Amino acid sequence: MQAGEETLEKLVGEVTVEIKNADGLHMRPAMQFVDLASQFDCEVTVSNGKTDVDGKSIMQMSMLAATCGTRLKVRAQGPEAETAVEALRELVEVRMFDEPAPEGQR
Amino acid sequence: MKFEDFVCFEATIPELQSTDRDGIIAELVSALVQAGKLPSASEAEITKAVIKRENEASTGMGKGVAVPHVKHPVVDDVLAVIGQSDTGINFSSLDEQPVYSVILLISPPDNPDRHLRAMENIFKHLQKEKFRKFLRQCQTPEAFEDLLKEADENPSW
Repeated sequence: MQAGEETLEKLVGEVTVEIKNADGLHMRPAMQFVDLASQFDCEVTVSNGKTDVDGKSIMQMSMLAATCGTRLKVRAQGPEAETAVEALRELVEVRMFDEPAPEGQR
Repeated sequence: MKFEDFVCFEATIPELQSTDRDGIIAELVSALVQAGKLPSASEAEITKAVIKRENEASTGMGKGVAVPHVKHPVVDDVLAVIGQSDTGINFSSLDEQPVYSVILLISPPDNPDRHLRAMENIFKHLQKEKFRKFLRQCQTPEAFEDLLKEADENPSW
């Protein structure tokens, strides 16, 4: 590598997602999130407005403990950033972690 | 939500007798029954339910801790018990290391937010190395209670 060589442009992706499954972000969904995020070549950060956590850390994601209706900001940085945020959005909002929506919304 | 709101301190097991995961779970559920927090008629069912959940996905998230849990209508509100093992137990943890501190949690199925509040508190403290270290040093139920109450009063240390 030569000194002064340009660094690779860091790609970024960002999306705000709403937790839609009735039981919220308990440990099982948190693990699904972490498992998925870990597949992508990028950093993933999740924020609830008060705390920022590493989206690839089960301990930190479980700590968010986001209830149904909570909005989280998912930020990714790295080569697969855009693919990552889209996949994570789909898991959270479309698949709803394969769990039911609250009663009355089913 | 503070530890003192949902942890049954009288049921604390400073030195777990079992050396395997399912035995530990049975011991902790039994402690809650003996403390009068769970009906003895439900003991076997709850133990089985916690083990079933644990088989679905390990709650051993690394750093020597595990949080086996289940949602069950036998409780009106979140209920937890703490146990510790000096020898270490195989919980199929994410970091493939033994588990020394176990917090078992039973939550009412129709109140997901309470369960989440309890988990938030548990993980907020468990992820701190200092807290985990102090936890390992507890030898008596009183020591555990003192530590958890102190953590409740000082959430940012």
